[in-house]
Amino acid sequence: MVSFKINSEDVSFEGDNSTPLLWVIRDHLRLTGTKFGCGIGQCGACTVHVDGVAQRSCITPVSAISGRDITTIEGLAPSDDELDPVQQAWLEHDVPQCGFCQAGQIMAVADFLKRFPNPTDADIDANVTNLCRCGTYVRIRKAIHRAAELITGEAS
Amino acid sequence: MSAVLERYQVTRREFLVVGAGVAGSLVIGLPAFADETDDARTIGWFVQINPDGSVVIGAKEPEIGQGLRTALPMMVAEELDVDWDKVSIRQMPLGIVKTADGFTWKYGGGQGVGGSTGLTSNWQLMRQAGADARRQLMRAAAARLGVDESQCDTRPGVVVCTSLQSEIAYADLVVDAAALAMPEDTTPLKPIEEHEIIGTHRNTIDGLDIVTGKAKYGIDTEQPDMRYAVIARAPVLNARVASFDDTKAREVPGVLDVFTIDGPSPGEPYVILASGVAVVATSTWAAIKGRQALEIEWEKSPNANDSSVRFWRENEEMLKDTGQIVLDDGDFDAAMAAAETTLVRQYRVPFVNHAPLEPQNCYAYVQADSCHIIAPTQMPSGASRAANAVTGIPRENIHVEMTRVGGGFGRRLTNDYVAEAAMISKKTGWPIKLQWTREDDVKNDFYRPGGLHEMRAGVDADGNVTAWAQRLASGSKYYRRPNMPDENLFGAELYLDDFPRRIVDNIRMEYFHNAIGLPRGSWRAPAHTVNAFVIQSFIDEIAHETGQDPLQLRLDLLGESRELEYSGHGGPTFNPGRLARLTSFVAEKIGYGKELPAGRGIGLATHFTFGGYSAHAMEVTVVDGTLTIERIVAAIDCGYAVHPNAVHAQLEGGTIDGLSTALGLEITVRDGQVEQSNFHDYPLARMAAFPSRFETHILPYDDVPTGVGEVTIPTAAPALTNAIFAATGKRIRNLPIGDQLA
Repeated sequence: MVSFKINSEDVSFEGDNSTPLLWVIRDHLRLTGTKFGCGIGQCGACTVHVDGVAQRSCITPVSAISGRDITTIEGLAPSDDELDPVQQAWLEHDVPQCGFCQAGQIMAVADFLKRFPNPTDADIDANVTNLCRCGTYVRIRKAIHRAAELITGEAS
Repeated sequence: MSAVLERYQVTRREFLVVGAGVAGSLVIGLPAFADETDDARTIGWFVQINPDGSVVIGAKEPEIGQGLRTALPMMVAEELDVDWDKVSIRQMPLGIVKTADGFTWKYGGGQGVGGSTGLTSNWQLMRQAGADARRQLMRAAAARLGVDESQCDTRPGVVVCTSLQSEIAYADLVVDAAALAMPEDTTPLKPIEEHEIIGTHRNTIDGLDIVTGKAKYGIDTEQPDMRYAVIARAPVLNARVASFDDTKAREVPGVLDVFTIDGPSPGEPYVILASGVAVVATSTWAAIKGRQALEIEWEKSPNANDSSVRFWRENEEMLKDTGQIVLDDGDFDAAMAAAETTLVRQYRVPFVNHAPLEPQNCYAYVQADSCHIIAPTQMPSGASRAANAVTGIPRENIHVEMTRVGGGFGRRLTNDYVAEAAMISKKTGWPIKLQWTREDDVKNDFYRPGGLHEMRAGVDADGNVTAWAQRLASGSKYYRRPNMPDENLFGAELYLDDFPRRIVDNIRMEYFHNAIGLPRGSWRAPAHTVNAFVIQSFIDEIAHETGQDPLQLRLDLLGESRELEYSGHGGPTFNPGRLARLTSFVAEKIGYGKELPAGRGIGLATHFTFGGYSAHAMEVTVVDGTLTIERIVAAIDCGYAVHPNAVHAQLEGGTIDGLSTALGLEITVRDGQVEQSNFHDYPLARMAAFPSRFETHILPYDDVPTGVGEVTIPTAAPALTNAIFAATGKRIRNLPIGDQLA
């Protein structure tokens, strides 16, 4: 049995320890905002936070997260009435087309902006590597800069 | 061709009965929506008004990222006269009604998205639905107030009676309105000058659900007692299961059942599904683990020796011969003989995978007399046919629900995964969610056909193009169509009325069909992505070879605004002057003709696709073999932009799709096996490939909207490769670009 926190709730998983965290989140915990795209850590649609750090859950065996604190897209916003600044920026720039990759993009960027609070385009290019098949990269880039503004604005 | 395959094919008739005759025939109070629907408050098929004044609008088309779930309700809301922020959307299921000779559409128009027709086919229907509902509300108010209908007008959400100076909210009228019979005469629609929602910037209506992870895709389907399934598919094209040992698979905890599913007979087109072994389990991961533990012997496939190397060599050989002449305007041979300059060039365009980010999946529950399908599909009627074909359950008893779709790109026009899920549910009796993995998707697609094009041109002493030929050896995607004669196979790959037909007098097209075991299908803008690359590259080559400016040669050929006959999809006419306008526009925006440092260049391309007009200008740098896209200017003329925000999004996304594909994507075959398997070797481009200097422009034209979803992709690749030539003198004639600049 593996026990961990997900979106601040204590949960446990009894089953095959090699099961990727992604499938535990989706099939067992029924949180479907985290998506399956490739299964080999290439696309990032499955990105979640493990102790606050972005991680691709499709290549993270559930055994590796014992005792850890997981946040999924459903738990990113501070409350039901308030969005995370990254989500807010995504709405302002109306980023999604099909939308399938966007939860992973948002989770990746939320972590990225902790490390790069004032990112350059080059920082973004080097560190935000999730795939978007619809090609929303133009708006993702704008939304990242906007989210950085929202966050630093809040901080100051 | 088996009976099953024939039944499965899309019938054109059903697809084309679209947008006809809704005017004046509003059907009242029917349960168009799921359980929350309050029939008594529903006017027609698409409009429900709640007691608090909020409005629910039915979305009848699948949403694949093209924005129709926002655009179509915008049309309804405009004519209904309601505040957009009071509108929410509810996805409608497939609606078909059995008739004496087949099926007809329930909701007054077709359902299905392909060919960039989703917006145009609903343009009349959706506005009429809103206008009719508004009129019924005004009639209900008139009756209540004892005045004539003409005394009533509306402001958002409210009927206003001017003579009595009284107002009644829609919410207080809707029950009366829903019970009224619709008058015979057609309700007039607003002129576009009065539009306040259509033509204005609106965000994606599902934006909040998407960014909070609440939006539901097919893969997110959960139903009571649902089991999970995957299929072990043949590694070799068209191979069939000989035998398998499932001992170890059944030892995997959670695995419930393992069995063979049949594919088509050898030699039959790959239409429904591959032969394979299904594994059913209590979770997706258990099913995947069970599949890994299977030991399967496959029969030798007739395609076991297929290879890309052989395919491309055969194409080269074919082009040395004479093929099927499919177009022969004027006298091509005489014009070539009389030409001052002649050019012959070959271009190679590869097979590519659709790769929607949501892998194929489908929920199916087949019971004795009914079937429930929940699927991410572009063609729900095809899903209904597929389920019918493999279960025998009458289509009127097959309930098809559509989810948001995690990318379409033409892949989900084909409902093979629906057929598979239905077969597995029928065999087990369980509600099944079938899940494909990425490897399943990359290796089992209906790929964009690859082909080798030979272009020929004759140019006179004044630089006029007097002769033009396109000769193509490829694997046609029409091979899957039933009763398709060989002489019509070219029709999916060569579009006879494309530029420069009716502009160059002597023009010939020639086709050679080269069958290969790779399944082929419609990939966003189908052959336009291929032909625009070839044609727009060749125009550039002609210009350089004859000492002309590539922009000026394009403008000279395209000429003034005028309507040319265009019998292909997107017709009936094509106005080359609209392309000239766009080309001039993007050239000016990017500063075409300005002084550039060494290693830097600007490229242009323009093309007409499915009724819409596109042009790109790109500026690139190539230094030490490294390509950098510095700047992109993209422009579209889609007539009247109904949902401009989504048009801009399609300009951005279509451009990136075209560039990503041109930069690095190709599917190859060796020993009958697809060599690629996932995003590490099928490398969709990431954000770093694209510049922040990326402009999109909509050039308005008239009051007739065209589709946009496929319009913008074809010109991206040739604008890039023309820019690479301008920067380096290296002509890219072979896609993808890959390491050719190194």
